Amino acid sequence: MINYVYQLIAPRTITVKYKALDLSPDRVIVRPDYMAICHADQRYYKGERDAAVLKKKLPMALIHEATGRVVRDPTGHFSVGERVVMIPNQPGTPLEGVYPNYLRDSRFFSSGYDGFMRELVDLPADRVVSCEGVDPVQAAVSEFISVAFHAVARFERAVQTPVGRIGVWGDGGLGYLVSLVLKHRFPEAKICVIGLDEVKLSRFTHADETYNSTALPGDFAVDHAFECCGGSGCYYAGNQVIDVIRPQGVLMLMGVSEKEVPYNTRMVLEKGLTLVGCSRSDRPDFEATVAFLRAPGMAQRVARMISEVVEVHSIDDIYRAFDRDLTNPFKTVLHWDL
Amino acid sequence: MIYAAVLAGGIGSRMQNTDLPKQFLELGDKPILLHTVEKFLMNARVDRVYIGINPDWQTYCEDLVRKHLGDGERITVVPGGKDRNGTIINVIAAIEAERGLTDEDILLTHDAVRPFVTQRIIDDNIDAALACGACDTVVRASDTIVRSEDGETITEIPPRDPLYQGQTPQSFNLKLLKACFDEMTEQERAILTDACKICVLKGRPVKLVKGEVLNFKITTVGDYQLARAMLMMK
Repeated sequence: MINYVYQLIAPRTITVKYKALDLSPDRVIVRPDYMAICHADQRYYKGERDAAVLKKKLPMALIHEATGRVVRDPTGHFSVGERVVMIPNQPGTPLEGVYPNYLRDSRFFSSGYDGFMRELVDLPADRVVSCEGVDPVQAAVSEFISVAFHAVARFERAVQTPVGRIGVWGDGGLGYLVSLVLKHRFPEAKICVIGLDEVKLSRFTHADETYNSTALPGDFAVDHAFECCGGSGCYYAGNQVIDVIRPQGVLMLMGVSEKEVPYNTRMVLEKGLTLVGCSRSDRPDFEATVAFLRAPGMAQRVARMISEVVEVHSIDDIYRAFDRDLTNPFKTVLHWDL
Repeated sequence: MIYAAVLAGGIGSRMQNTDLPKQFLELGDKPILLHTVEKFLMNARVDRVYIGINPDWQTYCEDLVRKHLGDGERITVVPGGKDRNGTIINVIAAIEAERGLTDEDILLTHDAVRPFVTQRIIDDNIDAALACGACDTVVRASDTIVRSEDGETITEIPPRDPLYQGQTPQSFNLKLLKACFDEMTEQERAILTDACKICVLKGRPVKLVKGEVLNFKITTVGDYQLARAMLMMK
């Protein structure tokens, strides 16, 4: 079958590549129907990556957050019509003790390899997770939630001091989900969210406390922290954390910056801090995400960080969705009907 | 039930000095016909695909299905009629014999040599046929249409705005389509080769479904070259 793959060939320019679909007996075929835009996609779309990176990675289909329905499964794991989420990480050669999402030879969709902007997607069965019964709009952001689960799982392995008060720096979608997952996983801990935008912070009703980062109380302190800002915010947030975190705390670094970020390493050493870099996720995190979305009230909380669902019936609609995303405070979901 | 009829009954024009009907020409890793059939097999709403094939090529087609599509679980190969309508009638007869007809059954009819149809077009056809009883896939006419009665001089240049170019699928409530065929005389059947036109002449509303420019029919060597080039794009 000739599959339509909607590739970004240059900033703000998408065309169709026609490619034979892999119908091997080990491939599950999924028709994507809801997908979400990530900051990384937006950076490619707007041409904000270095020219050398764009030249190397384009043409490429964007989007690595998507749900869909199974249309064919010769492996027998799924029923036709079953709602699933798709894992964009294709693991490389296993290394003992290393998560598949950190292997240097792993392939990640919409980062050098075609993402989910396709008519149909073919995947091995272990890259597909059932989420039957979950609202597709919330299922569309499963990958984003799974990144939060992965970070929290790694935090649990790294932490050695009490988890009384955890600070989450960042008032965007990632900060929202990380703080939500933390509250779910550590209901007794105080979850504080530190951001800049009061309106956005008002959405974080699950958090115990919210603060403006420019007006933190003088005695403010946290046991551990998650940096979820990205961009130039990495510098300010990271160093603020290093100032206010208690000794031997764990700082989870999750925001992506195009530039190198200087941290106050003297204080990192003096406080004996642990800095953990966190990126992407793998199957156990997706399974935890689906269970989370099925837990009472959680899907509704996730829905609050989805700003808009844009109908997509044409390439022009894709452009419209990316443009809308620039002004949306939280996530933009595409209802993919192509 | 939702049925698809992939119409490959013709052996008409040849391409590339071969005696192979064009629906069997290779496109990438398999014949054009199989790419088209797979488009419908990959739509979970389509229950069964009928391939209407010229009787002289039936075993050839069955071999291809077996070779490329495994057990062909959702496929029936049906001998085509002497023209397009005849092939559709044979497909309807095969459905009726195998499964019987119900009031809700839908039939999507599609040219075998349009492998670039999309899942969105297929879905929109199903929805429109369910809602309206009949639909035709079209794109807005992009060229000026010129009408000439004698083939020498222009009779009329109709305004382009209300003009569309017809593609396929054309989709129908199965019983409605069968009733339309049953009402036709032999003479009408010979003249009226477009199933949507039959519905229109019988006073049935036919809804428009938006097609795609690239859902084109591979009929000439140029079309075939274009299709191959599209698949080779980096």
